[in-house]
Amino acid sequence: MGILEGKRLLVTGVLVESSIAFSAARIAQEEGAEVVLSSFGKALRLTSAIAKRLPKPAPVLELDVTDTAHLDSLADRLREHVDGLDGVVHAIAFAPQSALGGRFLETPWEDVATAVHTSAYSLKSLTMACKPLFGDRASVVGLDFDATVAWPQYDWMGVAKAAFESTARYLARDLGKQGVRVNLVSAGPLGTTAAKHIPGFDQLTGVWNDRAPLGWNVEDMDPAARAIVALLSDWFPATTGEIVHVDGGVHAVGA
Amino acid sequence: MALSEQEVLAGLAELIHDETGLPQDQVALDKSFTDDLDIDSLSMMTVVVNAEERFGVKIPDDSVKDLKTVRDAVDFIVKQG
Repeated sequence: MGILEGKRLLVTGVLVESSIAFSAARIAQEEGAEVVLSSFGKALRLTSAIAKRLPKPAPVLELDVTDTAHLDSLADRLREHVDGLDGVVHAIAFAPQSALGGRFLETPWEDVATAVHTSAYSLKSLTMACKPLFGDRASVVGLDFDATVAWPQYDWMGVAKAAFESTARYLARDLGKQGVRVNLVSAGPLGTTAAKHIPGFDQLTGVWNDRAPLGWNVEDMDPAARAIVALLSDWFPATTGEIVHVDGGVHAVGA
Repeated sequence: MALSEQEVLAGLAELIHDETGLPQDQVALDKSFTDDLDIDSLSMMTVVVNAEERFGVKIPDDSVKDLKTVRDAVDFIVKQG
C-alpha cells in the first residue's frame, strides 16, 4: 500500500513533464492518491495535454490564483471530481520581467506587487479556497527557493519567496487547530520551464555544483517531488510551518 | 509506416490553428514560428506536446529551440516518425 492511499489532492503548477509538480503528481498517484490538477489561461490546454501522461489521466480545473471568482468557485468545482481534499500542492510563482535579472533598484511597485500577489499571497488564497473540502486533517505543501539570502538575478522573486516562507508560518499558526499542516520544500535549482526563464539561472546552478555535499542534478525532479509526497502523507503528522531543504545540503554549508 | 512531409505539414497546420486560431493555409514550410506566425513559447510548447501525441514522436525540450521554421519541425518529425 502506498503512503498516499486514499488521499485526494489538488496539484497546481503542472505545465510540462519537466515540471516539479508533474513529478509530484506522478509519484502521488503511484503512492495511491487521487489527483486533480489546476492550470490557467493559455497554459490550460498545455496542462490538459500533459495530464494525459500521468499514470492515471487527471482532470484539470481552471484556476488563476489572483482571480477572486476562480477562488470562490474552486471548492464547488473540486467537488465535481472529489468528495473532499486531504492535500494541496502550491507550485505557483510569477514575476514580471522587470522584477528579475539584476535591475532590483529600478523595479516599479506594481511589478513587485504582482510577484508577491501571485507567488506569496496565493498560498493563503489557495489554502482558504480549498479549506471547505478539508476534513480533520489536511496537508498543504508549497515549492520554495531559499529566501534567507540574496541571490544573483533573483531579485524581487527572492523577496516574494521570503514573503511566501513567512506566509506559510502564519498559515501554520492559524490553521493548526483545524488540523491543517503547512510546509514548504526548498529545492535547489531545477531545470524547469519556469527556471529557464530566470535570467542568471546558470549562476545559481554553479553555486550548487561547487557546494552541494550530496551533489546536485538540475534535471532530476524526483528528490523534490518525493519530499512533497512525504509531507502530504501521514508520515509528518506533527510537522508544520517547516521548510524542508531538498538542495543536496547547500543550505548547511558556508562554502 | 513513415510519415510524409505533406501529412506532417497538414497535421501541424491543424494543431497550430487549434492553438492560435491562425488559418491553416498560412502555415507554410518557409515560415518562422516566432517572426512570421507570432507563436509565443507557451503556444509552441502546446503545439509540440500535441504533435508528439499525434505523430507518435518525442521532441525533447532541448530540440525545440532549434525548430525555428515550420520546415525544421516537419523535417524533425518526418525523421523520427
